[in-house]
Amino acid sequence: MSTRQDEVTAAPPRESHARQFGAGFVVKLLLMMAVNAFGIAAILSAWNAGAWAVLGGLVAFLLLADVIYFSRRMLPLKYLYPGLVFLLVFQVFAMAYTAYIATTNYGAGHNGSKEQAVEAALIQAETEVEGSPTYPLTVVRDGDTLGFAVNDDGTVRVGTEDQPLEDAPDATVGDNGAPSEVPGWEVVPRGDLLSDQALAQDVIDLRVPISDEADDGSLRTREGATAKIYRSSLDWDPEADTLTNTDTDVVYSPNDRGTFVGDDGSTLPTGWYVGVGLDNFSRAVTDAEIRAPLFKVTAWTFAFALLTVVTSFLLGLLFALIFNDDRIKGKKTLRTLFILPYAFPAFMSALLWRGMLNPEFGIINKFFFFGADISWLQDPWLARFAVLFVNLWLSYPYWFLVCTGALQSLSSETTEAARIDGASGWRLFRSITFPLLLVSTAPLAIASFAFNFNNFTIIYMLTGGGPNFDDTTLPLGATDILISAIYEISGVAGGRADFGLASALAVFVFVVVGVISALAFRQTRKLEEF
Amino acid sequence: MATENPAPAAARRQPTRRSRWWREVGWKYPVAVIVLFYAAFPLVFVLSASLNERGSLSGAQGLFSSVSLVNYQALGETSYWTWVGNTLIVCFAAAFGAVLMGAAAAYAFSRFRFNGRRTSLTSLLILQMFPQTLAFMAIFLLLLALGEVVPALGLDSKIALISIYLGGALGANTFLMYGFFNTIPAEMDEAAKIDGATHAQIYWRLIIPIVTPILAVTGLIQFIGSFGDFILSRIVLVSEENWTLAVGMYQWVSEQLTANWGLFAAGTVIAAVPVLALFLALQRYIVGGLTAGSVKG
Repeated sequence: MSTRQDEVTAAPPRESHARQFGAGFVVKLLLMMAVNAFGIAAILSAWNAGAWAVLGGLVAFLLLADVIYFSRRMLPLKYLYPGLVFLLVFQVFAMAYTAYIATTNYGAGHNGSKEQAVEAALIQAETEVEGSPTYPLTVVRDGDTLGFAVNDDGTVRVGTEDQPLEDAPDATVGDNGAPSEVPGWEVVPRGDLLSDQALAQDVIDLRVPISDEADDGSLRTREGATAKIYRSSLDWDPEADTLTNTDTDVVYSPNDRGTFVGDDGSTLPTGWYVGVGLDNFSRAVTDAEIRAPLFKVTAWTFAFALLTVVTSFLLGLLFALIFNDDRIKGKKTLRTLFILPYAFPAFMSALLWRGMLNPEFGIINKFFFFGADISWLQDPWLARFAVLFVNLWLSYPYWFLVCTGALQSLSSETTEAARIDGASGWRLFRSITFPLLLVSTAPLAIASFAFNFNNFTIIYMLTGGGPNFDDTTLPLGATDILISAIYEISGVAGGRADFGLASALAVFVFVVVGVISALAFRQTRKLEEF
Repeated sequence: MATENPAPAAARRQPTRRSRWWREVGWKYPVAVIVLFYAAFPLVFVLSASLNERGSLSGAQGLFSSVSLVNYQALGETSYWTWVGNTLIVCFAAAFGAVLMGAAAAYAFSRFRFNGRRTSLTSLLILQMFPQTLAFMAIFLLLLALGEVVPALGLDSKIALISIYLGGALGANTFLMYGFFNTIPAEMDEAAKIDGATHAQIYWRLIIPIVTPILAVTGLIQFIGSFGDFILSRIVLVSEENWTLAVGMYQWVSEQLTANWGLFAAGTVIAAVPVLALFLALQRYIVGGLTAGSVKG
């Protein structure tokens, strides 16, 4: 992948005639050397990691880069390529990949390959072996590799995750029975485990095999001072493609939904992701648990986007009509002050309003409602109103600016002609000014609708989508719009992850946005300008 | 007018003229005060809260009831300045890269006639309509895979976040600049070409100096766009020392709204003032750009 800064700057400075060895050519050569060095390093790394898809992409992008920049032809591509690479990887591919995820059951319990699922199942089924001896333990390290050194009846034995236990004859045992010095290893002081949370977690996760035989189990520790033998109650049979519980003799075999199902009907918690076709889409419209809240969210998304555009357009238009008047002194200053909310970073405004609307301490209740205890963001309808109100505050300046500009560019001849015909005041506005204004602002209104349709920031920062619906297990609420619902269902911020369903919803939003854009196209006929 | 009229007539007309002035213009001043109050009240409030020494939402009783800088000093004990640094790095790099790539693409579209030019422009126009943020799950998985190979492009890396922002750069910026590039007469290029200049020399020495204003505006729009992004930075930047302001300040307010209020207010004032100043100074250009690219609104 040539995704790096040098590549970005690599685009323009080059000469098409390689026979001229000017300064530009040297710069180009140096940049291409850097790109190639990085690309080849990344390709080797991909080879080592066995990441074949990434490897293929890297090779293709690097070859293309060399062909484009060292050939005399393909002039336009020399200027387009760096941007195209980023566009293809982080936008086009990301969108296509979203569509792919929508056809899988990727999510909690299904987030890896089958091999990973088997490994996780084996680890989860691990329990302390009954009657296991307790070994005095010292944690040792060699660079970044952590290991266990245990005192096995007077013999010190050392091992790591990949290296089963072996005798360490020259080690010494301390007063507490645990090894105190192990040649070739650095002893990790017990105090470090208490002070370093990450290290303590690594030690708790570490399992050191007793021997090459997996059935012998492995050593684990809970506190870093003693180790016990743990063994998995599951046994993986690669030939039969089954996991067998050695305690209960239940045999688990894989099903086509990426889950191991036992012959007694029970399932294992870890699965892997598989294609499920259009299941996520049909689940969204048939599963009552999902359908009802999703319908409310979708309806609110449309209402929110539409009402925001209408209210902020009308308010902005009203202000523009009032203050587009040369007789007002200080018009410019006023205009600058009026658009303050728009210049203020949106996420900060939303968080600010969240505090101001706090029922207990918020200044809105205190100043304007005489200290009443109005739960602006906790009651479903009040929260919806508050979201619209805050978004009105955020977006009216945009329409104020747009309408002011549009009003100023209206031809005075038309209005003069209407005046001569006897139209004035309201009639003039209704029949002449407003329709003309609508024509010039309609494309912007459509764009604004599309923007607010996906206005994640205002919703998430102000209400977090809440107050939550109480008739569903999905983490959705009364002010959730589709994109915040997708965010919450996907579980990236915590909670149960369902990437499949979330991606299916994202595809739905893509379609809606596509339709809106098509409408916008018709309106603007922008294509004709090319 | 008044000076031309004889005094008695002026005296008689005074009340009617006055009331006419009130009816047509005068009433707009009180309305302006109301609008001003509506627009600026939250901002005045956050300034007052940032200066309140009690530092909590419950303590902020009246506006400017106390004036002290304790909240600003307290920011030094948090990760705030680290986040400011991260935000600046990410936003500047994204804006710089986006401007470079957008300008190069606009130059190609504006000056070269090649096969697929129309199709490419149309596809770009369509692509830019789809918000990149919606693909955050795919981006998350993509970074997981890339991080295995190149850690700098994996999760919790600022470079990865910048790259993601650059992915949206071509669609968003090319059109704004394309129109501007088209206004530069092609005869200038022709003349330079006849003098023996290469296409790279024309681009760097001739075109770029002329289009600097639009480059600045595009960069600023991109900067504000990345500054306000939450969803992508939240997913990519995992550890606290890598967070941007949007992620960090959301964390403050979402967890301990009342307790962290003074910190939030002070942090907001510091971060918003430069953005506010830049925006207002360049409002003429930005509004033109926004109506063309529609980043926000």
